[in-house]
Amino acid sequence: MNRPNALTWHRVVLWAVLLIFAAWFLMPLYVMVVTSLKDMDQIRGGSLMSLPTAITFDSWGKAWSQACTGTDCGGLKPYFLNSVAMVVPAVAISTAIGIVNGYVLSKWRFRGSEVMFAMLLFGVFMPMQVVLLPMSQILGYFGIASSIVGLIVMHVLAGIPSTTLFFRNYYIGLPDELIKAAMLDGAGFWRILWRVVLPLSTPILVVTLIWQFTNIWNDFLYGVVFSGADSKPITVGLNNLANTTSSVKEYNVDMAAALIAALPTLFVYVVAGKYFVRGLTAGAVKG
Amino acid sequence: MSRHKVPSASWLPKLVVAPSFLLSFFFIYGLIAWNGYLSLSASHMLPNYDWVGFENYANLFDNDRFHVALTNMAIFGVLFIGGAMVLGLLLAILLDQKIRGEGVLRTIYLYPMAISFIVTGTAWKWILNPGLGIEHLVRSWGFPDFTFDWLVNDQRAIYCIVIAGIWQASGFVMALFLAGLRGIDDSIIKAAQIDGASLPRIYWRIVVPSLRPVFFSTLMVVSHLAIKSFDLVIALTAGGPGYSTDLPATFMYAMSFSRGQVALGAASAEIMLATVAAIVVPYLYSELRSKK
Repeated sequence: MNRPNALTWHRVVLWAVLLIFAAWFLMPLYVMVVTSLKDMDQIRGGSLMSLPTAITFDSWGKAWSQACTGTDCGGLKPYFLNSVAMVVPAVAISTAIGIVNGYVLSKWRFRGSEVMFAMLLFGVFMPMQVVLLPMSQILGYFGIASSIVGLIVMHVLAGIPSTTLFFRNYYIGLPDELIKAAMLDGAGFWRILWRVVLPLSTPILVVTLIWQFTNIWNDFLYGVVFSGADSKPITVGLNNLANTTSSVKEYNVDMAAALIAALPTLFVYVVAGKYFVRGLTAGAVKG
Repeated sequence: MSRHKVPSASWLPKLVVAPSFLLSFFFIYGLIAWNGYLSLSASHMLPNYDWVGFENYANLFDNDRFHVALTNMAIFGVLFIGGAMVLGLLLAILLDQKIRGEGVLRTIYLYPMAISFIVTGTAWKWILNPGLGIEHLVRSWGFPDFTFDWLVNDQRAIYCIVIAGIWQASGFVMALFLAGLRGIDDSIIKAAQIDGASLPRIYWRIVVPSLRPVFFSTLMVVSHLAIKSFDLVIALTAGGPGYSTDLPATFMYAMSFSRGQVALGAASAEIMLATVAAIVVPYLYSELRSKK
C-alpha cells in the first residue's frame, strides 16, 4: 500500500487473478464474435476458441434478414424494428412521468406524499408475474393485447416506480432555497420545473434514460406474454431463432443474432458506462 | 421542510401526480388483488370468476412440477446468491488495491449486466453444449475422455443456469461493494497498518464488517433478481430437459400461458409475491425509517 506500483509477489498474484477473471468475463463475448465470423465447416473443424481461418459475414446477413424464427424466415430485422418502435415512446413517457412525480415528491410534498412514495417503491421490487394475468385481460379489453401499444403501456406502468425513485432522490439534493427564490420572483409550479429544476437535471436524466432503455430493450417477459405475431420484440425474436429446430443447427447465425440483439445496449454501455453504473447503484440504495 | 405556503397553487401538485399515482396504485395493488382473486377461482383455459377457495393452493403444493421448481429455486438461490456475493466482494476488494487500469477492468467485469439474459442464455447454450462446445474444446486439448454434458443432464442442468447467472450478476455486486469500499475512511486502514495488522486481517476484521449496510442492500437486490429469474432459464434450457430446470417464474408462465391452468399460475405468482415481499418489505421499511 505504501508503494502501490512496486512489483512485489503479491502484486503479481493480484494482477494474475484480476486478469483471469477479466478473461472469464470476456470469454462468452469472444466466443460469440469468433463463432459469428466462421462458416459451419470451420465450426465443426475448429473449436470454441479457435480464430476463424477465413472470416465471413454471411451469418450476420442471414441473422438479420433470412434466418427462421419458428415458421417465418425473415431474420431479426422486423423484431429489431418492433423493439425500436416500442423502446422510444416507452422510455420517453416513463421518464417524463418520473420527472413530474419526483419533482412533486421532493419539492411540493403534501400530507401523505411520503407514504405514497413508499407504496410506489414496492413496484420496483414486486415480481411482475403477479400482474401478467390481470394485465392480459385489461389489454385485451382495450383491444391492444397483441400490439406494440400494449407493450408500451406495460413498460410505462412497470417503469414509473423506478423513474419516480430516480428523480425524487436526485431532486431531494437540490437546495430548497432555489425553489423559494424562484417563487419570490413570481414563478409557479410549471415555470420552476421548466426553468430551474430541469436545467439542473442533466445527469439524472441521462441515468434514467439509459436505465429505462437498457431494461426495456432487454425485457423478455412482457415481450413474450403481451406481443402478437407482428409485434414481437428483439429478445423474443432471438429466443425463437435460437430455439428453432432445423436439420442443421447454425450456431454462427445464432451468435450473430445474439450480438445484433446485444449491440444497442452494449454500445450505450461502452459510451456512457458511468451513467449506467450510477443507475444500477441508485436502484439498489434506496430511501 | 419544503411545505411552501402558496394557497393558490397547493392543489396543483396533487392534481398533477394524481393520474399517474392512481394508475400505478391500481397497477400494483389492484392487480395483485385481482391476481389473488384469480388464484382462488375455478379458472382453467380462461379466467373464470367462480370461487373455489384455497383448492388451487392445495393443488399447487401437490404438484410435482411445482416441487421441482421450488427445489430448483432453493439450489439456484443459494448457489447464485452465494456465488455472486462472494465473487463480487472478492473482485471489489481486489480492484480496491489501487490498480492501474481499474476503469478498464471494471468495465469488463460489469458489461454482462448491460446485455439481455436472452443473449447470455443463447451464448452459454452454445458454449456449454456437449457437441461442439467446451467438451469438444477440452477433448481437442488432449483429453479424449472428457465429458461435460450438464446442459442436457436433468440432474445437472440447473448448475449451468447458476454458472451463467453468476457470470451475469457478479459484476453488478462488485460495483455495489466497490461503491461501499470507497466510502470507508482510509485513515482507519492506515492506523491498523501502523499497528502492524496484515492486509487480509484488516479486510476481514475492519473493512468487511463496515460494509454491513451495503451487504444487506446487495443481498436484497440479488435475491430478488434470483426469485424473478425467467429469461435466463428460457434461453438456456427452456426449463428442460423435461421440466427439470423449472423455476417458479417459468412454472407460472407455463401454467398460465401454455398449459391452460390459469388459476394454478395465479396461485404460483402469489407465492412468488409473498416470498419477495417477505424479503423486501422489512428492508424498505428500515430504509425509509432510517432516512427520517
